[in-house]
Amino acid sequence: MLPELSLTFLIFLLLFLKIWDGISSAATIMHLTNFLVLVALVGGFCFTGTGEMFNGMFHTSKIINFEKAILTTGTLIIFLQSFDWLKDNKNGVEFCILMLSTLLGMDFMISSGNLLMFYLGLELSSIPLAAMANFDIHKSKSSEAGIKLILSSSFASAIMLFGISLLYGTTGSLNFTEISMRLGHDQLQLFSFILIFAGFAFKLSSVPFHLWTADVYEGAPVPVTAYLSVISKGSVVFIFITVLFKMFAQFTDTWYNMLYLSVMLTITIGNLFAMRQDNIKRFLAFSSIAQVGYILLGISAGTVMGASSAVFFLIVYTFSNLGAFGVISFVSQKTGKELISDYRGFYANNKTASWVLTIALFSLAGIPPTAGFFGKMFLVTAGAAKGNYALIGMAALNMVLSLYYYLRVVKAIFIDKSDEPIEKLEGSLPMKIAFAICMIGIVCTGFASGLFEYINTITAQ
Amino acid sequence: MINLSILILIPLITAVLVLLSQNAKQVKWVALLGSLVQLGYSSLLMKTFMADRAAGNTAQMLYQSKTTWFGVPNVLQIDYFVGVDGISVAMIMLTAIVVFTGILISWNVERMTKEFFFLLVLLSLGAYGFFISLDLFAMFFFLEVAVIPKFLLIGIWGSGKKEYSAMKLALMLMGGSALVLIGLIGLYYNTQTLGGQHTYDLMQIAKMHIPIETQRIVFPLMFLGFGVFTAIFPFHTWAPDGHSSAPTAASMFLAGISMKLGGYGCLRVATYLMPEAAHEYSMYIIVLSTIAIIYGAFATLMQKDLKYINAYSSVSHCGFVIFGIGMLTKTSVNGAVMQMVSHGLMTALFFGAIGMIYERTHTRLVAQLGGLLKTIPFIITIFTLAGLCSLGLPGLSGFVAEMTVFMGAWQNPDTFSRVATVLACSSIVVTAVYILRAVGASAMGPIKNEHYLHFKDAAWNERLASLTLMLGILAIGIYPFWLTNLIAPDTQIIMENLTRGLIK
Repeated sequence: MLPELSLTFLIFLLLFLKIWDGISSAATIMHLTNFLVLVALVGGFCFTGTGEMFNGMFHTSKIINFEKAILTTGTLIIFLQSFDWLKDNKNGVEFCILMLSTLLGMDFMISSGNLLMFYLGLELSSIPLAAMANFDIHKSKSSEAGIKLILSSSFASAIMLFGISLLYGTTGSLNFTEISMRLGHDQLQLFSFILIFAGFAFKLSSVPFHLWTADVYEGAPVPVTAYLSVISKGSVVFIFITVLFKMFAQFTDTWYNMLYLSVMLTITIGNLFAMRQDNIKRFLAFSSIAQVGYILLGISAGTVMGASSAVFFLIVYTFSNLGAFGVISFVSQKTGKELISDYRGFYANNKTASWVLTIALFSLAGIPPTAGFFGKMFLVTAGAAKGNYALIGMAALNMVLSLYYYLRVVKAIFIDKSDEPIEKLEGSLPMKIAFAICMIGIVCTGFASGLFEYINTITAQ
Repeated sequence: MINLSILILIPLITAVLVLLSQNAKQVKWVALLGSLVQLGYSSLLMKTFMADRAAGNTAQMLYQSKTTWFGVPNVLQIDYFVGVDGISVAMIMLTAIVVFTGILISWNVERMTKEFFFLLVLLSLGAYGFFISLDLFAMFFFLEVAVIPKFLLIGIWGSGKKEYSAMKLALMLMGGSALVLIGLIGLYYNTQTLGGQHTYDLMQIAKMHIPIETQRIVFPLMFLGFGVFTAIFPFHTWAPDGHSSAPTAASMFLAGISMKLGGYGCLRVATYLMPEAAHEYSMYIIVLSTIAIIYGAFATLMQKDLKYINAYSSVSHCGFVIFGIGMLTKTSVNGAVMQMVSHGLMTALFFGAIGMIYERTHTRLVAQLGGLLKTIPFIITIFTLAGLCSLGLPGLSGFVAEMTVFMGAWQNPDTFSRVATVLACSSIVVTAVYILRAVGASAMGPIKNEHYLHFKDAAWNERLASLTLMLGILAIGIYPFWLTNLIAPDTQIIMENLTRGLIK
């Protein structure tokens, strides 16, 4: 419960600071927030409680604490990256409050042992997101993103809620464990499962529920896009694993087939669309759809290794995707340029940023020695447990497809010539720290076998 | 005592030092020194290895060391497992020589020097790691490490339609490694060790009997996947474009080392681990490689650009590697390994010489060259020697290797193999035509261009590089037995595994 309490405290503190307007500058508050988030993160690592509360509504274990730590780390990186953007914004504090509330919602969601608690967390984590997507209030694209996000996510919630109510009607319980024991071969239960699955697929933006993703990602401010694609998705993956493995263990064959289809479509369509994008944010949006496909591939096996490799991949993905988004948000804040063609000759003036972006993209593409290679390898290995060569073959060939578009960006940075390359950009200290964290994460998490082994151990518990 | 991890550590340290260097001059010297140390250590490895073998150490893999990398009981077992046999020692030696000479040849790189040498060293790191690994996962890891630097090397420092070639090369090689990946995972789930654990351990898998149904699926994936690296027909198209657009050192690496990664993988992973399937599929392998040999040779006839000539002839020559492996006799497999070493040295020398000529004339079109023997005698002599080696002149390494392949191939008594061997043999005639034509047109005759008269002959770095490679070629050509002695005991072991497949 400690992470949740500290986050709640932090939100209220920021609220008071905001009310006493003028007591301190936005920059100071940002530094304070970053520091406190860091404290919360370290605290979450040191004091890991396990057990249940509120009659099984809220439960926590080592793996759940670990997942929360991943989400908090990601949020901290995003805070650091958005420092330049927020320090002059008079609503910067609200942004922090909104982001921390979604984080709180996610923490509750992944800790939930009951569908009501789960739904509460889900809503808390998705409604403030729409406000965040709409944060560039003077840009019509941003407003479009906000309205699209809130409409589509409430639609998804409604579908999921319908599924939950049917499930309650047929099993008479909302508790995960009780439901799993009362599931049988009831058609209505199957139907409710499909509705819940669809709701999840919506949140994960897996095909065919992916259509909102690109527009929202393009319109939202870059830090919000990064948040949506990494933290928000990560938390849904975590609870999705619990729901599938624990609650719907009865329906393993059903959800294997559904995931099989979904993985095939998600990876392929994500990749095919990513190839055609010129806007770098849209490009990363589609690439992140494909990445979700790989995560689902790992989960589809339904094994401990599947779950742990998904968690491991999400760590890697957090560092890689936030590294890439960090550079993009850095460039976008300073110059407003967001097209791949704008990055031509980027290396000429911005050596460090170029390498950060390149290494992050290589990690996303799964090129060794970056951590992305290990993440993808483990997911594919886990997914292969059922001996489905078609699935693995498709995933492996899609890695080649994806390499094409990642290399397109690398080519623009290093090889293409430009008459007016982006001039030399100076990043602030928090930005540099964020880059450093991402790079260390990308380089070190792969080789360090201890991390994966630890995740495996705590997942198995 | 030999510690194989040092072979990875030296390039790693070199790479870090290159990154830390202050100026271009420092970068070059650090890279050169690193590769020289590596060459020294590789020679030491070879010497110790031969001494140990002579002293009667018949273990299959020497200097083994095994540490668990990812070890989760009943979930995943990946080891950092290294060890060498004669074949890998030969490959390591080849890599060390090519890297050393490649760095010497690229002494005049001016643009983004640090990045250039860093990528070269990274590439060599992948190759060394690949040759010493005995764990399939680690092997795959190193194989992929050696792919992406090529994209940047060709894309940034290349010439001609470099963007296209770089992208094509990267995607095709990644496609190859994707096939390997599918095969790898398919194989992994069909292995069982004592504890019921799956394994990536090459030595353990070799002792297991992988079910024939699995082999039938996995073998072609693996063989074709590695085959893409060796430019197996019909996946050879990256090679001509890639080679011709790459800067000189990258061409040398690509043809000298990278294509050997594929050949080594075909032999060590695909054929060695899945002998039954190797027998079943040997016919297809022979057909594909014969096509590559003949098609490569005839395609070379049509080329006007020196680099394209060598690139297509590489397709043809690497066809011999696959051909030798596909024939599945002890002599032919021996020949395949020798051809890998020989072709690696010869093609590196050839590309090096072409690079030196290009640096001076700024053209590689045969029609525009002429009479160069008068102005740059050293370079042209080297160029001619490389060409003669390529067409299989006795006394140079190419002859020994190709001869061994043919001898081995002829041991198969069936008509199909005989016909294939005769067809493959006939390519040598074509080789003679294009090599002599290219050499004659560029070296002899009147001087085509006034300013060809003002060329300076090879500088110290170019001379040193050429002589090093020449030494290797002559050593194999004149006294091939040291190489045969080095590899024969280990091809013997592979053959024993293969005959197991035949008996069943």
